[in-house]
Parts: sequence; structure tokens; C-alpha cells
Amino acid sequence: MELVIEEKIKRTGPVIFSEYQAGEGIRKALSINRQDVLFELKASGLKGRGGAGFPTATKWMLSAAAVADKKFIVCNADEGEPGTFKDRVLLLEYPKLIFDGMVVGGYTIGAKTGIVYLRGEYEFMLEHLESCLEKMRNENLLGKNILGKEGFDFDIKIRFGSGAYVCGEETALIESLEGHRGEPRNRPPYPVNTGYLGYPTVVNNVETLAAIPHIITKGGEWFKQHGTDKSTGSKLFSVSGDCEKPGVYELPWGTKISELLELVGAANTKAVQVGGASGICLPQSQFDRVLAYEDAATGGSIMIFNEKRSMLKVLKNFMEFFVEESCGQCTPCRVGNIKLLEGVERIEKGNYTFAYINTLKELGKTMQVASKCGLGQSSPNSFISILENFKEEIFHTNGNGGYDGKAK
Amino acid sequence: MLVYEQNALSEEIENLVKKYGNDRPALLEILQDIQRKHKYISDFAQQEVARLMNIHPVEVNSVISFYSFLHSHPQGRNIVRLCRTIMCEHAGKEKVEQAIERELGISFGQTTKDNRITLEYTNCLGMCDMGPAMIVNDRVYTHLDPERAVNILNEIK
Ligand SMILES: Cc1cc2nc3c(=O)[nH]c(=O)nc-3n(C[C@H](O)[C@H](O)[C@H](O)COP(=O)(O)O)c2cc1C
Ligand code: SF4
Ligand code: FES
Repeated sequence: MELVIEEKIKRTGPVIFSEYQAGEGIRKALSINRQDVLFELKASGLKGRGGAGFPTATKWMLSAAAVADKKFIVCNADEGEPGTFKDRVLLLEYPKLIFDGMVVGGYTIGAKTGIVYLRGEYEFMLEHLESCLEKMRNENLLGKNILGKEGFDFDIKIRFGSGAYVCGEETALIESLEGHRGEPRNRPPYPVNTGYLGYPTVVNNVETLAAIPHIITKGGEWFKQHGTDKSTGSKLFSVSGDCEKPGVYELPWGTKISELLELVGAANTKAVQVGGASGICLPQSQFDRVLAYEDAATGGSIMIFNEKRSMLKVLKNFMEFFVEESCGQCTPCRVGNIKLLEGVERIEKGNYTFAYINTLKELGKTMQVASKCGLGQSSPNSFISILENFKEEIFHTNGNGGYDGKAK
Repeated sequence: MLVYEQNALSEEIENLVKKYGNDRPALLEILQDIQRKHKYISDFAQQEVARLMNIHPVEVNSVISFYSFLHSHPQGRNIVRLCRTIMCEHAGKEKVEQAIERELGISFGQTTKDNRITLEYTNCLGMCDMGPAMIVNDRVYTHLDPERAVNILNEIK
């Protein structure tokens, strides 16, 4: 497969791309007790890499503490946020990290089953992933009494999505696993208590799970040496757009946007979209901001736009994405995104008043608080940040903007 | 549908139910397998799935309608999905799109007369660093240019 070959470059990085022997993390975890695994995890300060940034130790502790006959570990490999492809690289090149992380999770919370929810678009990886799992079974890293540990049985299966971005939202993902439409549920209850089939379930991003074996073998303190106080460790950034070297980069949290731009060979950069279509769009004046949960937070998507790009067109593309991907369950998101897209189209035609634009921004803010899930809560982010940060370009110099409500 | 085709399909679905089970979580897996093989899930197939899993056919249909990769109407033998999200657009998706449409004589959203290819758009495929990108059935193609895209499509049966 062309893609696999293309990606066979040797990667290096401080944490995720550091040295690791398959099975090491499992061996280490099984040699200590569950509490110690949780302790190491807590010491590391690891937070979820899927976007929301929830402390992983807390999530695992809650489900470890839950009393139930069955528990599940789910690897969220639905990677659908525009501009994100780091999970693709992990799945293709570092499946041992992800699967070992799931086994450690199973041991820690007391689950016997791990499920990888793989986006339908990544079906081409199936054979490769299945062969890795088979190898693990042969080495007793999966199966019964793993590595001789009496009573610790764990196996992993792969399930597919079918082309719905919203299924990356953890409760929608669970609905989908259960054979339903992928419509997000109200939270609480949270999956750690009431998840897949009503059982306690940990849902973690691919990259979060991939960090676990490193933390277990090298220690929480070691992990914490990288990054900032509030954002420990490193992050994989998916960098695409107008630069010489797009691709996946492992950098410590706290890296400045300007530093990243230099590293990837971006010139004449006008804007950087941090966090995908549901993230925010930053102008040059904010390139000294740092990538971290406490500043410019991101699940890893960095999209670069140079001076030639029309920010209004970028925004339109994002809004079309959300109109299409909204599950339609709640009104603020279903109707709101259509209204915002209409707004962009009217700006394009010069057919708007500033009062109207302000109303739309207010609508966006309402969506942020009134929507049921993260999709509708975050889809107005690009709308608001692009119209704020690029108003000169959009309302004046674009040739079709209006002054004081009148089309030019 | 001819009777013997119906029987074959029923048997196929029975086997899928045997393989995945008849509890609800199996529904999506079963539908995905039917979709993979037939490129759509016919009314008859939906009824059979509903019957064998003991759920209402409307439930089956509502699941199919939710997922953009599941179809309830006939598609071409090959489904081509071109990414239309921003990074592929900036990487030259429009030229690729035009070349494909010109070569096949249909627009996106349509199927060729010989039933060989259905063209669809899709959102970000996770190949943004290698755009423009498209999926043909389950194979991913990256770094497309008009000529290469047309060659790829001309090679598929
Ligand atoms: C619309 C939407 C899409 C999401 N897509 C993903 C995704 O593709 N992958 C992912 O890991 N998390 C995604 N999330 C976040 C998940 O809901 C969840 O927070 C995450 O899987 C938890 O894992 P983590 O704590 O390891 O980050 C999405 C959230 C929303 C609202
Ligand atoms: S916010 Fe949007 S995607 Fe989320 S539940 Fe509401 S309609 Fe569905
Ligand atoms: S934008 Fe086309 S693959 Fe991501």
C-alpha cells in the first residue's frame, strides 16, 4: 500500500517517538499493582489528547472504582477533525504503543475487552492492525492469563465507523458501537460509569493510549519533565497547509506557534488555524502564543494559510463541514450552523448589515452554551475568530464587503 | 429482484447474523458488510436484517440514513470519494474534480451509465498533509493531480 511505504521514515521525539520495545509497558504494569499504575499516571499529569483534555488518571480511577461485572476500554480512532492525521501515523507505525496502552488500561480498571473504534476511512489499515493483534496473541500479550498473570484475560477487537464525524464524540461513539445512530447522549451519566452497553467504559484517544506504555516504563516524573506545568509531556501536531514540510511533529507542549512555523518551513503565513475546524483562527499578531491547554489548546490540528488564501472561503468550507456533520438532534446546532453558513454566503455577496453580523456572532455564542455536545458548542469558534481577526480583509478589502451595511 | 437472488441474499444475511450475533451491537457490523459487498443495502436486505435481528425495519433504515458511508439506493460498482475539506481544496482539489468529471462525463453525486463508478464528496480523510486525497472503495490515494486521478479511475473495473 503506497501510504504505508511513504510513511516508513524513522521518527524521533521526546516521548511518543522515543525508544520502546513492544510489550515492555505490559510487563512493567503486570509486575506492580493497579494502584501503582494509577499513581504513575497521576504523577505524569497526562491529559486527554483527543481535544477535551480531561485528566487521564481521573478517568481511569473512576472506572477502576466502579463496581460492575464487565468493563470496557475503547480506543477512539475516529480522527475526523479537519487537519488531524496524527492518529493515522500512530496506527500505521506505532500500533504496539496503542495496543500495549489498552492492555495496561484493561489491567488497571479491570476490563477484559478493548475495542478500537476505527473510522471507516481507515479501513485500509485493517489487515495491518489485525496482524499486529495476532502477533500479540501469539506472544501472550493478549488472551488468557497474559504473560502468566493468573486471571488477567484481555483481548482487543476492531470496529468501524461509517463516515460520521460526530461519532468521535465519546457518547455518540458508544451509541454507534451499540448499533444505533451516532447521536450524542446527555452527560452525565459519563461513560466511566454508564458506557458501552451500560457498563463502565474508558474512552481514550489513540495518542493518549500511546503515551501510557512510555509513562509506565519510564515513570510519571520523566514524562513531566517535558512540556509546561499545566500541560505535561509532548504533543503530536498534524501540520498541513502552506508550508514546505507538512506532516506529524512531536513537540513539547509550550512550543510557540512561531517556532512551529519556522520548523515546518512556513513563509508568508497569514493565519494559523489551531484545533481544526472547531478550533480558533489566529492572525500574525498572535503567533507568539504557545500551544498548551492553558493557551492555544488543540487536539493537534495545525492548518497554515499564507497571504494568498481567502479567509472567507476558509470559513465557508468550515461552515459547510459543520452543516453536513451536525447530527441534527438539537436545534442550536442544527439550525445555528445553517444560519452561520448563510451569513458567510451573504458576506460573500456583500448583502449584509453589521447589525446582522453582530446578531450572528451572538447566535454563535448562544450555540456555544446551548448545544448538546461539543460539535455545536465549538462550531462557532471559527466563525467568531475569523470574523474578528480578519475583519479588515473580509469586510473591506475583499472587494465585496459592505460599509455601514451598504454593499460597495 | 429475482427469487434466486433473494434467496442468496437471505442466506448471506443469515450467515452474517451467525457471524456477528443477533444482538443490537451487531447491526452496524452486519450493515457494513452488506454495504461493502453490494455497495448498498436494498429494501429487501433491510427487511431481512430486521427480521433476523428481531427489530423493526424502520430502525434499520434509520441507522442506514445516519451514516454517510451506508446507502439504501443502488450505487456504482466502485464508490469514489473525493475530499472536499479545506486542506485538499487548497492543494488543488478543484482541478482534480474537474478532470474526473470531464473524463467520466458525470458530476459528483452521480453514477456512470455503465454502473462502473459513483462519485461522491467526503469530508477530511486524515490525509491533509498529502492532499488532494480520495478513497476508491477502501483504498486511499494521495498527492493526486488531474492526470493521476484520471488514470486511477480508468484502471478500475
Ligand atoms: C464532535 C466531536 C468529535 C470528536 N472526535 C474525536 C476524535 O475523532 N477522536 C478523539 O479521540 N476524540 C474526539 N472527540 C473527543 C471525545 O469526545 C473524547 O473527549 C475523547 O475521545 C476522550 O479521550 P481523551 O481523554 O483520551 O482525549 C470528539 C468530540 C466531539 C465533540
Ligand atoms: S450539538 Fe449538534 S452534533 Fe451535538 S447533539 Fe446537538 S445537533 Fe447533534
Ligand atoms: S482536508 Fe482532505 S484529507 Fe484532510
